[in-house]
Amino acid sequence: MSLRSFIKEKVVPQSLEDQINRIRKPLGSLGYDPWGYNNDSLKIGFSLARQIYEKYFRVVADGVENVPDEGPVLLIANHSGQLPIDGLLIGVAVASRPKNPRLPRAMIERFFPTVPYLGNMLNQIGAVLGDPVNCAKMLANNEAIIVFPEGIRGSGKLYSDRYQLKRFGNGFMRLAMQYNATIVPVGVVGCEETIPAVANIRPLAKALGLPYVPLAVPFVFPAKVYLKFGKPMHFDNADIPEEKVTERVEVVKAEINELINQGLSERKRLF
Amino acid sequence: MTNERKPQILVTGAAGALAQQVINRLRDNYQLVAVDFREQVYLGDDIPSYCIDFNKRVFEDLFRRFQFEGIIHLGRIMSSQETRMRRYNANVLGSQKLLNLAHKYGIRRVIVLSTYHVYGASAYNPALIDEQAPLKGVGLSMDLVDSIELENLANIYLWRYPDLNITVLRPCNIVGPGVRNSISTLLASRRAPVLAGFSPMMQFIHIDDMADAIVLAYRNTVRGVFNVAPDDWIAYQHALQLSGCTRVPIPSIPPVLPRTIARLLKMKSFPSYLMSFFKYPVVIDGRTFRDTFGFKPKRPLKEIFRYYRENKHPV
Repeated sequence: MSLRSFIKEKVVPQSLEDQINRIRKPLGSLGYDPWGYNNDSLKIGFSLARQIYEKYFRVVADGVENVPDEGPVLLIANHSGQLPIDGLLIGVAVASRPKNPRLPRAMIERFFPTVPYLGNMLNQIGAVLGDPVNCAKMLANNEAIIVFPEGIRGSGKLYSDRYQLKRFGNGFMRLAMQYNATIVPVGVVGCEETIPAVANIRPLAKALGLPYVPLAVPFVFPAKVYLKFGKPMHFDNADIPEEKVTERVEVVKAEINELINQGLSERKRLF
Repeated sequence: MTNERKPQILVTGAAGALAQQVINRLRDNYQLVAVDFREQVYLGDDIPSYCIDFNKRVFEDLFRRFQFEGIIHLGRIMSSQETRMRRYNANVLGSQKLLNLAHKYGIRRVIVLSTYHVYGASAYNPALIDEQAPLKGVGLSMDLVDSIELENLANIYLWRYPDLNITVLRPCNIVGPGVRNSISTLLASRRAPVLAGFSPMMQFIHIDDMADAIVLAYRNTVRGVFNVAPDDWIAYQHALQLSGCTRVPIPSIPPVLPRTIARLLKMKSFPSYLMSFFKYPVVIDGRTFRDTFGFKPKRPLKEIFRYYRENKHPV
């Protein structure tokens, strides 16, 4: 019928189709969910992403079984590498684990929905506008959500600042507490080397309405990526002031730092 | 006749397909009086039907002649009809007149039909918008201002005169046989414009389901504002495909380009002020209405699109 089903037939192998069909998501009668996720588009996106995951970045994912099989989950990770490749790789890692795979959703920059084609495409493979209401409603829907609390502070980082965590926002902790969501810290090692940037061209970014424009080689280097999934963390929904929430966020941040250090010490070479 | 003993309801917007569906569902148990400012419609010998402008003094005579128990106010002029000024007069001032009369004559139940357009389409909209979300429709277009004013008015009366028991319903796109709004016209056409690269999520409710929802709301007196939408979603372009429409892409950036093109095309069903609704999703959360009133839509999306596929009219 459509271009989508044609592409799907060409690129999606049966085993992958079965893998995705095993993951049950609350969908409407035509395969969509309220945020624009579509099962067929995901299968196409996933088969392409898995090639990148396995062949290009040769990802080593460790502890992916730490992600609970069900219930609301927040995957909290360090952000790096200019493009949201890290989010993509975490998503593929959790979706392709052999036992109880899940399809995590990623929260994306507010700028994406305004970009033709790209915005829709991201929505269809499960990415969602990074809005607290979206995050809350998805947790209520028992989704697993990838969150980068550093936001653009992390992804826009320069190469000289690599593996230094920037300030974490507190929003994810508040939501995790409210919705009794499990937090799984994730340390990402390798994405810093994919697009090393030496500077941010601020005037150009401002003129284009972009969060940043890196001064970098226009090439994504095939750095070997290590994903370190930490032990699940739980926080009660106590009525605590913001500074106590910040303390809890710091606990998660320290955990991620630890996971990054583990990954860095395991890494023998960059590529 | 037993008509004298049946409770009486005033139904506005009687010439519309939705009102006629509502009337058919209520005519056995209520005595209905139909009004429309556009035309006088024949609805059978048992239903008096009038063509009256709410802003005219004779409108009050209806309240003197009948003892209405309730009002079902469906007579909102859609943005695609009439001029801005006339729309404001009818939708806002007319509704105010109606609500004042309702208070004066001790009406005990009022249903006001609004629209999901009041939320406004913006790139930053989260999905599953709640009833308490701010109404951003105004910021986007002056042409949607009267629908928000109408809601504002209904809300003031809701709190000031609790005895009116006002319930405001904000449905998603109402579609199906006889519906003449812009989205229904698009689905029914052979070729429909789309903004290149944008296919926002949309929700559709069948006119029969919407009529059921209105009747359900009328019968269960719960005041307040409620979204009405089934728990089902589809991307705009996919909906067009399933309805058998050929999609005609229009350049979408910069935003001034599609607006200008829409203005030049002068298509009633693709007006420039609705452009953002073809670009960004406005997905509303209908769960509160579903749970409060026990509402269960019966017509699936597939059935809706099959109707449009099989009933094409040449453009």
